[in-house]
Amino acid sequence: MPNKNRKALFPYLIWIALFVIAPIALVVYYSMLDLHGNFTLENYKNFFSVIYLKMTLTSFWYAFLITFFTLLISYPTAYLLTKTKHKQLWLMLIIIPSWINLLLKTYAFIGIFGLYGPMNALIEVFGFDPQQILFTDFSFIFVAVYIFIPFMIIPIFNSLDKLNPSFVFAARDLGASAWTTFRRVVFPLTIDGVKSGIQVTFIPALSLFMITRLIAGNQVITLGTAIEQQFLVSQNWGMGSTIAVFLIIFMILIMMLTGQKKKGGRA
Amino acid sequence: MKKLSTASKAYLILVFIILYAPIFYLIFYSFNSGGNMNGFESFTLEHYKAVFEDTRLIVILINTVLIALLSGLIATIIGTLGAIGIVSIKDKKMRNTLLSLNNVLIVSPDVVIGASFLILFTMIGVKLGFASVLVSHIAFSIPIVVLMVLPKLLEMNTSLIDAARDLGATKRDVLTRVILPYIAPGIFAGFFMAITYSLDDFAVTFFVTGNGFSTLSVEIYSMARAGITLTINAISGLVFFITVLIVIGYYFVTNRSKARTEAGK
Repeated sequence: MPNKNRKALFPYLIWIALFVIAPIALVVYYSMLDLHGNFTLENYKNFFSVIYLKMTLTSFWYAFLITFFTLLISYPTAYLLTKTKHKQLWLMLIIIPSWINLLLKTYAFIGIFGLYGPMNALIEVFGFDPQQILFTDFSFIFVAVYIFIPFMIIPIFNSLDKLNPSFVFAARDLGASAWTTFRRVVFPLTIDGVKSGIQVTFIPALSLFMITRLIAGNQVITLGTAIEQQFLVSQNWGMGSTIAVFLIIFMILIMMLTGQKKKGGRA
Repeated sequence: MKKLSTASKAYLILVFIILYAPIFYLIFYSFNSGGNMNGFESFTLEHYKAVFEDTRLIVILINTVLIALLSGLIATIIGTLGAIGIVSIKDKKMRNTLLSLNNVLIVSPDVVIGASFLILFTMIGVKLGFASVLVSHIAFSIPIVVLMVLPKLLEMNTSLIDAARDLGATKRDVLTRVILPYIAPGIFAGFFMAITYSLDDFAVTFFVTGNGFSTLSVEIYSMARAGITLTINAISGLVFFITVLIVIGYYFVTNRSKARTEAGK
């Protein structure tokens, strides 16, 4: 039996070598090359210049805001969903929008936030002048939050669904208020779902580039936009790789921060 | 169970409206003869006609579906075998290392995956196009399949395998008649997730696609950058329609298999 399974592992191990380890090694290697392919640490020096540090900080700030608002909307939604009658069906309805192509949803907002679009029509109903909504920080964050909501809801829903309701009943019987029960029992027990939700939101939010390009014009530059710019526009793979290396480092840090504690079980 | 309060219901309804409004907005204006998404003039199907008459767009649609199905299938095979292999590893350290490596591509930002694959393909000398896109999609779908299959394998009682072996089943029989049927829901979910990932992917494809080849996401991106075209709306209408069909199908299939396993108990 083990012999047979070793063979089963073979294509998988090739995949790991070729598409997990090799790409990371290549990115690190390229980050130390200049435009002419010579070895240099110039890219790293550049990254620590004011422009790039400022860009990194803004990128983090946006990712933070996006994650925060996504969580703020998703947690209550997931919570209420677990209380509905046909909860799996409702969850399915939450998942469907996440199946619609990302680009289509982003494109919709070009129309919605347009100068003559429904959003401005609504603003005019309230007696204000039409605003430029597209190409602002607001539109960027709104669209990003919109896109991440289903991805945040799913893990939170799953952890809430697994929560044993007797804990809640016990807390209530012992005299805890609804809020205390939530704060001291429900939330801590579902923190793993929240952490996975943050992972699937924060890291992509750092690297979004099509939303910044389509919705925010060139107002918002995230780490992702910068990588795309270096690779596909400036053709400076070295600098692009350097930013990618830092993005990987940030990713590892975030993973460690939101890592799930082992509870001593198998697996 | 207590019924939801009105406020809770209103909140849920609001979230659903926000989630669906942009999609229906797109579909609504796909029937607009006016040519923009601001004022509805009159009903027309000309944008749908335009999609079907545009052979280039049809080719792109076929490519997108082909890539999704092929990459989903291959990723499911490699991923399932990988998961079976991982479970058989007794060394805990080794197993955890493999699992961490497995998760790298799931948590990596698309842009980094795209950029690093671009370097990889250029180094090996793979021509950018169908092959590079297909291989990339397989690559980023494998870990999600593993994650879907693994829990099923872990919850499986190993005595099932021992019993089958004791009753004289060959290794092959054990795999095809005991393990695979048991983990089938996981495999199925993995395949679906892989297809979803593939259809939804933009960033990775954008990096590794050459000049001659394009998937729907990349095409929509270049169209959207040029401005509003109601052809995109018509595409959304079609995509939404197909998605809903698939979801309904998926819901019925999983419900049936769930009902079957419950009846079996």
